[in-house]
Amino acid sequence: MNLHKKRKLINRVALTLSLAAMSFGLFWLAWILVTILQLGIAGLSVSVFTQMTPPPGSAGGLANAIFGSVMMVGLATLIGTPVGILAGVYLAEYGQHTFLGHATRFINDILLSAPSIVIGLFIYAAVVVPMGKFSGFAGVLALALLVMPVVIRTTENILRLVPNSLREAASALGAPKWIMILQVTVRASQAGIVTGILLAVARIAGETAPLMFTALSNQFWSTDLREPMANLPMTIFRFAMSPFKDWQDLAWAGVLLITAGVLALNIVARFLFKEKISNS
Amino acid sequence: MAAVPLIQGSQDREPVRKKPSQFGDVIFANLTRAFAVLALASLAGIIVSLVYGAWPSIQKFGLPFLWSADWNPPLAKFGALIPIYGTLVTSAIALIIAVPVSFGIAIFLTELSPPWLRRPLGTAIELLAAIPSIVYGMWGLLVFAPIFGKYIQPVLASTLGNVPFVGKLFSGPMIGVGLLSAGIILAIMIIPFIASVMRDVFEITPQMLKESAYGVGATTWEVVWSVVLPYTKAGVVGGIILGLGRALGETMAVTFVIGNTNFLSSASLFMPGNSITSALANEFAEAEQGLHTAALIELGLILFVITFVVLSFSKLLLMRLTRREGGKT
Repeated sequence: MNLHKKRKLINRVALTLSLAAMSFGLFWLAWILVTILQLGIAGLSVSVFTQMTPPPGSAGGLANAIFGSVMMVGLATLIGTPVGILAGVYLAEYGQHTFLGHATRFINDILLSAPSIVIGLFIYAAVVVPMGKFSGFAGVLALALLVMPVVIRTTENILRLVPNSLREAASALGAPKWIMILQVTVRASQAGIVTGILLAVARIAGETAPLMFTALSNQFWSTDLREPMANLPMTIFRFAMSPFKDWQDLAWAGVLLITAGVLALNIVARFLFKEKISNS
Repeated sequence: MAAVPLIQGSQDREPVRKKPSQFGDVIFANLTRAFAVLALASLAGIIVSLVYGAWPSIQKFGLPFLWSADWNPPLAKFGALIPIYGTLVTSAIALIIAVPVSFGIAIFLTELSPPWLRRPLGTAIELLAAIPSIVYGMWGLLVFAPIFGKYIQPVLASTLGNVPFVGKLFSGPMIGVGLLSAGIILAIMIIPFIASVMRDVFEITPQMLKESAYGVGATTWEVVWSVVLPYTKAGVVGGIILGLGRALGETMAVTFVIGNTNFLSSASLFMPGNSITSALANEFAEAEQGLHTAALIELGLILFVITFVVLSFSKLLLMRLTRREGGKT
């Protein structure tokens, strides 16, 4: 075999393997999604949305868990987002070259990938132990701590895409820096910032580990943030591990709801961001 | 009406040239700085509270906590060896599978795929990362593990199981759940992270370098292996380590499929085990206040320290690549 043929052969083998790798990735995605759709739709019914989580061996729904999840995710986003946006503004507009800026950026990137179960332990030690009991409030705080780094990161990145000529134009008109930031740079990056928030919501919607030591779970309808609070991920965890068929069916329905919600958020976020890029 | 005094005023006074007030600026700058500090403080808070919570266990067991295999809550004896072993082994399996696959995906997305397919395929792979880990867990336990135990494990045992040395890893009970299954599920979960970092760094390779290589007759594979990869080395390693960081801290998926036992009798990867995260997930709620809780929090502290080091390393490598990139253009 001459060198030319050998090189061509190696090339062909490598590229075939690359195609195989791509198919490997898509294969898992397809398998997981098909299973979730099949079993999830089978478990879905009106009572899932209207009835409370049942005791073992009887029928019921997920109403309290869905409500608890929506409430905790909503509140966590409300707390985490302003913190994230303001810190992101600092990193992009004030602290690019300061020590605080570098340190915060570095630490934030680590928090972004830090194990979420550790965040749960932190809130357990800092909130649950002093309060003396598990509570929805602690769950909200744990989730807010997960929202923060995502929003900081996207806000900073998107603000940096704003051309400096816009900043200079605003300053030339006599706008103080804070007006320039709020009315020019932040405005120009609205779509990107919203994308970051959506991605953050998508990230916490399915988080289980940080709720395990904080909000715990609740079998009943509860809107009291001072009490343990029902939520979808913990309910799925409990039901999926159980031997009862009713519980497992409900867990599949819950998995379908969470996955559909999270994937929809991801796709909407990507769509928003693409629009933004094609506009500029 | 109002115009008259203005005209008069302008006759006997200079027009007012007022410097814009600094007041708003000072407030806003300090407000944003305060929130940046808050992000830093949360890290400090995590470390302090974990050390504080783990203190009784740190005091009682000291360093041997790290290599003692004795985890016995009723006797109040705790050692972290088995969870640490489980975490490291599952993450290693995940990397062995995920790195070549991610590399292949990144090559496909940057060099092979027709341009109109790039975006949808890239998004599809990234959606793998968006699926919540509890979904992987439930799917892994109820769908993947039974099939894995019934069809794949016998094949592995009869092929790889007969190879000397390696064979020991692929023997034992074929029950589906265990260290190997957990490693495979982890691999699927970290592929999108590694693949998207690799794709991003491959894309920053200057077009001119690639074109010169193609120009002297290199094949696509030779361009990737001898031009793109050397140019992006640091970024590729950074991406792999980022994936490792994710794998180390993954909780729910591992908890479902690892089998949860604190005994380890053989080297086989088919055996059920425990990881740091699954030990926490399973025992924490039922742990008694005191030593048991403290030992579990110490496990969390160990996990945090490991991931902190790993992620910092990854971040430094990626930063080095972007800095070099910035210097050249």
